Amino acid sequence: MEDPIKSKIQSTSKETRQDILGRCLTYLCIGLIVAIVLSIFIFVASKGIATFTVNKASLWEFLTGKNWNPTVTDASGKPQLGALPMITGSFGVTILAVIFATPFAIGTALYMTEVSSKKGEKILQSVIELLVGIPSVVYGFIGLSVIVPFVRTHFGGSGYGILSGSFVLFVMVLPTVTSMTVDSLRAVPRYYKEASLALGATRWQTIYKVLLRSATSGILTAIIFGMARAFGEALAVQMVIGNAAIMPKGLLSSASTLTSVLTMGIGNTVMGTVGNNALWSLALILLLMSLIFNIVVRLIGRKGRMD
Amino acid sequence: MGTKLQNNIAITIIRVIAALVVLILVLLLGKILIAGVPHISWHFLTAPSQSFESGGGIGVQLFNSIYLLVLTLIISFPISLGAGIFLSEYAPKNFFTAVVRMSIEVLSSLPSVVVGLFGFLLFVVQFQMGFSILSGAVALTFFNLPLLTRNIEESLRAVPNLQREAGMALGLSKWRTVTKIILPEALPGIITGVVLGAGRVFGEAAALIYTAGQSATNIDFGNWNPFNSASPLNLLRPAETLAVHIWKINSEGVMPDAAAVSAGSSAVLIIAVLIFNLLARVLGNSLYRKLTATK
Repeated sequence: MEDPIKSKIQSTSKETRQDILGRCLTYLCIGLIVAIVLSIFIFVASKGIATFTVNKASLWEFLTGKNWNPTVTDASGKPQLGALPMITGSFGVTILAVIFATPFAIGTALYMTEVSSKKGEKILQSVIELLVGIPSVVYGFIGLSVIVPFVRTHFGGSGYGILSGSFVLFVMVLPTVTSMTVDSLRAVPRYYKEASLALGATRWQTIYKVLLRSATSGILTAIIFGMARAFGEALAVQMVIGNAAIMPKGLLSSASTLTSVLTMGIGNTVMGTVGNNALWSLALILLLMSLIFNIVVRLIGRKGRMD
Repeated sequence: MGTKLQNNIAITIIRVIAALVVLILVLLLGKILIAGVPHISWHFLTAPSQSFESGGGIGVQLFNSIYLLVLTLIISFPISLGAGIFLSEYAPKNFFTAVVRMSIEVLSSLPSVVVGLFGFLLFVVQFQMGFSILSGAVALTFFNLPLLTRNIEESLRAVPNLQREAGMALGLSKWRTVTKIILPEALPGIITGVVLGAGRVFGEAAALIYTAGQSATNIDFGNWNPFNSASPLNLLRPAETLAVHIWKINSEGVMPDAAAVSAGSSAVLIIAVLIFNLLARVLGNSLYRKLTATK
């Protein structure tokens, strides 16, 4: 005869069973997310590598060639797959946008954390939230109707080009960099500031010699995040950059980025052709770049912790 | 130059920069609203779009955007809720959790074009579903998952540990503690995050061009049978959203009033995003008051 108390204690209770079920559910959800990320990488990589394995294009020529014309074959019978114009375009708009945005972002962040009253801080907080919320096509449309004519009349050229692209991206990157800079400035211990002020330093000296220096790794992280956003932005840039897959001759001539060629091209090429595979290789470059940005952020974070 | 003067100059520059940023936003919003709001009329919001003549509306696109948003939230909320609970309550400190956190970070920083292309490859090409609302909703889910998960995790983490200990002390299982005590308390934060995320999803276009497609088929608003191809609820019809519509008419549109239609559509998008932002704040606050009995 089994002891009823013993069996009651030893058997799994309803609570425990519920807990196990719940735990499994959460594992399932998280597993799904990991599976999605893995499959994105596997799918895009397998498609992107096909240019080099199936179509036998050389990786070096792909990265450094200046002629992008997948439907035309050159003397040796290979299609012209030089992605350098797009790579240059992408890096060009990204770097310029970040150069424009960083001083504004740091200035605004300093205003919010050091200079302004509580009310001014609240106003800027909502300004930044609104800027984040504006959809990228709307930025593109404004770029098309305001920035392109502005660049055309004040700088010359057709108005389409890297300069217009980086102006649009400047506004899009600004809120990201600003809000992350604010976070890193707030993370500086209060007594750093108090010690500096007690030594008789002015507000600016405290900001410049103490706050900005101890927040450097956070600010760098913010800038890298801004770069990642600018690099991956597709439609807003595509609308103002002119979409000519040639080496950009300057900031004012039509150019293209990796994302703009992708958005224009995927619908117009047939799956499995050289032209289509080459586009997937561009997507792979985008994917790898976003991975690199992630790794850089991690490295900066690690270095920042050691100080 | 005296340090005092230097200080004054620097502080002034900082003030000027902050003022410029506010000015940029005011100019942007002013430009969109002034150019767009006069075009918004009941006809504009409800009429189907025209490809070659002026006078078209955005009725179908607007419906598609809202429908797609609802579908995306239905798919992504349960998944990110589970993932968020895992990360804040169950996650052991080991290699697996580190991998999970990293993949969420990577997913959130992937360019939305790449996410859209993956959706295209998987659903449109591999599963032969064609351009459809369902493919679009799943692509948007990929895009929305990392944000939502992080938001839910943070909201759950903000609940004091005392509550968990109290649950344990009463003999409740961890699962019951989480679902009955922690989750209700974190709800205002979660709702705020969901609504803000909804604003982002509503304006997203790059992930949709090759998943939900760029054509708005005529739909019959009298037919609500989801299996009929003309029904608004049909999951397998191609669906151009408002954001995609703006992109499309600006890059390849031939209609004579493209600028007016895009100005009007941009204004509608912006107003929708403003409403989402406001809603997030109001809902979060009122829920918080209701659930915590604070005045």
